[in-house]
Amino acid sequence: MADTAISVAAPDAVHEEAGLFGFTRAQALAFGVLVAFVLVSPFFLYPVFLMKVLCFALFACAFNLLIGYVGLLSFGHAAFFGMGGYIAGHTAKVWGLTPEIAIIGGGAVGAVLGLGIGWLAIRRSGIYFAMITLAMAQMVYFFCLQAPFTGGEDGIQQIPRGRLFGLIPLDTDFTLYWLVAAIFLGGFLLVHRVVHSPFGQVMKAVRENEPRATSLGYRTDDYKLLAFVLSAGLAGVAGGTKAMVFGIATLTDVHWNMSGEVVLMTLVGGLGTVFGPVVGAAVIVTMQNYLAEFGAWVTVIQGVIFVACVLAFRRGVVGEIGNLLKVRL
Amino acid sequence: MIENLLFELEMAAPQVILGLVNGAFYALLSLGLAIIFGMLNVINFAHGAQFMMGAFVAWMLLAWAGIPYWGALVLAPLIVGVFGVVIERTMIARLYKLDHLYGLLLTFGLALIIEGVFRNGFGSSGLPYAPPAAFNALNIDIPIMFLPGYRVWVVIASVLVCLATWLVIEKTKIGAYLRAATERPELVQAFGINVPRMMTLTYGAGVALAAFAGVLAAPIYSVNPAMGANFIITVFAVVVIGGMGSIMGSVVTGFGLGLIEGLARVVYPEASATVVFVIMAIVLLTRPAGLFGRG
Repeated sequence: MADTAISVAAPDAVHEEAGLFGFTRAQALAFGVLVAFVLVSPFFLYPVFLMKVLCFALFACAFNLLIGYVGLLSFGHAAFFGMGGYIAGHTAKVWGLTPEIAIIGGGAVGAVLGLGIGWLAIRRSGIYFAMITLAMAQMVYFFCLQAPFTGGEDGIQQIPRGRLFGLIPLDTDFTLYWLVAAIFLGGFLLVHRVVHSPFGQVMKAVRENEPRATSLGYRTDDYKLLAFVLSAGLAGVAGGTKAMVFGIATLTDVHWNMSGEVVLMTLVGGLGTVFGPVVGAAVIVTMQNYLAEFGAWVTVIQGVIFVACVLAFRRGVVGEIGNLLKVRL
Repeated sequence: MIENLLFELEMAAPQVILGLVNGAFYALLSLGLAIIFGMLNVINFAHGAQFMMGAFVAWMLLAWAGIPYWGALVLAPLIVGVFGVVIERTMIARLYKLDHLYGLLLTFGLALIIEGVFRNGFGSSGLPYAPPAAFNALNIDIPIMFLPGYRVWVVIASVLVCLATWLVIEKTKIGAYLRAATERPELVQAFGINVPRMMTLTYGAGVALAAFAGVLAAPIYSVNPAMGANFIITVFAVVVIGGMGSIMGSVVTGFGLGLIEGLARVVYPEASATVVFVIMAIVLLTRPAGLFGRG
């Protein structure tokens, strides 16, 4: 099973070094670099660009929780991401609630949607799982196209950023950046904590050998579903945050292209690595920014990267670095 | 009373027939997916893009080489099929030893490339492709409806090709090898049959089926780069509903779901886009392996 499993990260050592949040020494070092970058970068780089990267990085981390640690490839994560954006936008604009409630609402609805779709999808595995999530997400897309509250083709526009906790105005990009950074780091640590909890160990056991986990008495379906709900909820938070940053929630974020993009980000960074999704998101968002003027060629380039990653670069950027340094990142 | 009924029929019949035409495409596309999956264990995400290529090749043959519809119906699947063979030899064949999901990811990337290239070359607005006038002879003009002859032909052609594919797989020697290699590739190879070459040809044949469907679709839908992407997700749902175990299963499911979609357009139009996915959910709850699936 293990050699054919999609996760290409090195299998976990039996005795892991226990540290803060289950980081190994190399990971703690990498995490330090990540935190330092998050803290310093807004003084040098355009905050809106950084916030976009962080939103997609959280999205990719949520996606990686499923593919990297449970071995389930969801091709429908745009549904949770986009719906999170719509819910946050509606909450902030129409109901006039504060941004933190809007984002939490986006995450909650993402999780509920994930409960429904996951409950159906975990009945099958492998390729079928991917096709089912894709089809269910397409259904969500059609719902968003027709439902009145999403604004159809126009989407929800001019979503107010409001005041955090009703107190701190988030109008300047610099202030909002720190909220987005906190959400990202919180989500990142949550994923890492989950993966290194006893629950996470069972998740990995399901990935490596599901019948064996079942025979040991674990209800593997419950574990898969809970992982799916967590992943969907975090994707909803990421989508809600993105909607607050840009002030719009549109059909782009629920379209299956977006599901493909998050797969690509995780693949480029390294499936099943801790830091891969973050690096992958940064690479792809940067690329989209610089190549925006080439129009439709961006799709072609993304396709080429996909093919190149699958054929020759299955470990991804972080996986390759980890392999060179002989550490797990 | 009877007038009322006639009126209702007049409303419903065109939609149901339209559904049948869509079903013809679902059947052809899911048939190709099922053949490829059975032999290669790869879900061909590029199937929609190859369908679109079929339509574009037909258009190019007419516009650039003056080759009419009938020529395109034979040539376009061959050309796109050869393209498929090259793809299989150079890329997909390297992934057989890995998790099947890599095949899905690779073909997804290929679909992005193909669609992007065609969008750059031809724009996204769509090109017209007129059906030959000869099909007007097939026009059905009865009191409750008017049906263009070309659509009648699409349904007939789809049924014929599906039937022919079924006959080849179930009744010929090649089909027997194919079925055997689907079950136990190593054993078949031990008998001296070149299984890798069979896999290549199977992929080419599945792709050619998609291209054939594309040529059929060219006169109905405008020839545009997105035409396959819109179809393929619904076809995936069709495949999940039918289960990929049987050839006949995917054909019957394809036509059946097309009809149901058409009926939904009459009864509750808002649901017509989603009815296939709802049915998929119900099937997953009651028969997770699909209607015709095995285990």
